[in-house]
Amino acid sequence: MMCDVCKSNEATVHLTQIVDKKTKKIDLCASCAKEKGVDDPTGYTLADLLLQLGSNPESSTPAAAEEGSDLKCPNCGFTQADFKKNGRLGCSECYLIFSDGLDNLLRTMHKGTRHVGKVPFSFRQTQDLSDKLKTVQKRLDKAITDENFEEAAILRDEVKSLRSKLKEAAVR
Amino acid sequence: MNIDTFISTPTEASKRSGPHDRIVLSSRVRLARNLQALPFPGFAKKADRIKALDTIRPAVEALPQMADGFSDSMDNLTALDKQILVERHLVSREHAAKNAGSGLVINKNESLSVMINEEDHLRMQSLLPGLQIKEAWTTIDAVDSALEKTLPFAFSPTLGYLTACPTNLGTGIRVSAMLHLPALVLSEQINQIVQAVNKLGLAVRGLYGEGTEALGNVFQVSNQMTLGEVETDIVERLNKVLAQLIEHEENARASLLEKKPKTVFNHIGRAYGILANSHSISSKESMNLLSLMRLGLDLGVFADVPRALVDELFITTQPAHLQKRYSEKLTAEERDLLRADMLRERLKEVRRPDTSKLESLSPRSEKGAN
Repeated sequence: MMCDVCKSNEATVHLTQIVDKKTKKIDLCASCAKEKGVDDPTGYTLADLLLQLGSNPESSTPAAAEEGSDLKCPNCGFTQADFKKNGRLGCSECYLIFSDGLDNLLRTMHKGTRHVGKVPFSFRQTQDLSDKLKTVQKRLDKAITDENFEEAAILRDEVKSLRSKLKEAAVR
Repeated sequence: MNIDTFISTPTEASKRSGPHDRIVLSSRVRLARNLQALPFPGFAKKADRIKALDTIRPAVEALPQMADGFSDSMDNLTALDKQILVERHLVSREHAAKNAGSGLVINKNESLSVMINEEDHLRMQSLLPGLQIKEAWTTIDAVDSALEKTLPFAFSPTLGYLTACPTNLGTGIRVSAMLHLPALVLSEQINQIVQAVNKLGLAVRGLYGEGTEALGNVFQVSNQMTLGEVETDIVERLNKVLAQLIEHEENARASLLEKKPKTVFNHIGRAYGILANSHSISSKESMNLLSLMRLGLDLGVFADVPRALVDELFITTQPAHLQKRYSEKLTAEERDLLRADMLRERLKEVRRPDTSKLESLSPRSEKGAN
């Protein structure tokens, strides 16, 4: 069997992925596999990775895998077996519940594992407010230790107003 | 409003034009978004899907961008209408299979389309003619910013927008362009090009996206990675690759004309001959031959024929569009006969390709014309 990528070397790595409910098979030679980052047998398959969630992939025994597959999302009831079936997660909470194995999976799929793109306005606002709250709180603590009560009173009011703004933003 | 009366006619649709539309048929940017806490459509019970639809649909309809647009639940559309929407690239094939609990909102000029409860709660796309991916990004970014004011999107500061499939995680963006690359196919350079594009982390697919054939020499190029990169960088990267692909295709056309003019004229002449004279033709064969005719138009061998005519036939020869013209249900064989009738009729006034001007420019002999 020839490598699907370079079509010149013998394929030694056989990768099966379930994407969009369809099984995709790809045969790669050793060098193309390495190039595509699928040479690490613990680091490429979607479903197997999640099946081994919560367990160390190197020491994973059938028992460990089974134990891992007990993980269930409390919000929607999604399990790893469901992921194996359709390659998709159940709800936004699942990303928290199944986060352990996701990092490896995302590394093979994407450029990075941290979001650097657009942030919803409300999130940006909350983030700005909480950052500001932290600095004002620090200044307030310092003012109190310095017994600078006049300034402390002003800062205390500022903290109060930032807290209520933050609460408002969170409600929306 | 009825989708039949809303949607533009193939004649109107094929008259849309944009920059570089000789090679870039259309540009698209799609964003995937989900509501917090509600299960993703593929895993949700019907009640939750309806809840998501009832929350999202009014919010989308209320957008100023959607004024005088179309909005309906997918179960109100017939199978034929859904297929027509697929052929116009306004809904995905996956969404066409949806019924109650899924919805669709399209703006007046069909440049914005929002699918509700496809794979994600929201799949919104901006689709523009020609090479306009930056414009498509700005348009859809504005729609997203307007919607986030009323809809609580599932978002994590570390993982970004949370999507049903981890492949869309982060930005949830898919930037793509539809390219007509007949010369790269004829000169057998296409596989090499596809591999080079793949190496850059971009996917090359057929006419209807994932898992489809490159009918009519039309290829869809899109980004695959959505996490760890800023949207504008993804758009910029694709833009650069597209500029190169345009150049490669133009070079391939020039070089074919120089080195193998007879081969090119032979392909175009035969394509015209079959399209204008056949009595039974499949949609696949029509598309492949119309692609060669479009190449002929670009090369100038069909003087006075507007490109919109070929582009219109590219739409109307597709199965659902053809079926739409007749009230009774047609079999595939019947469609092939009626398709051929339509093509003969529409190409009646088109004179056969005149290659004399190009032939005087190129060397006399060419071995192995096929």
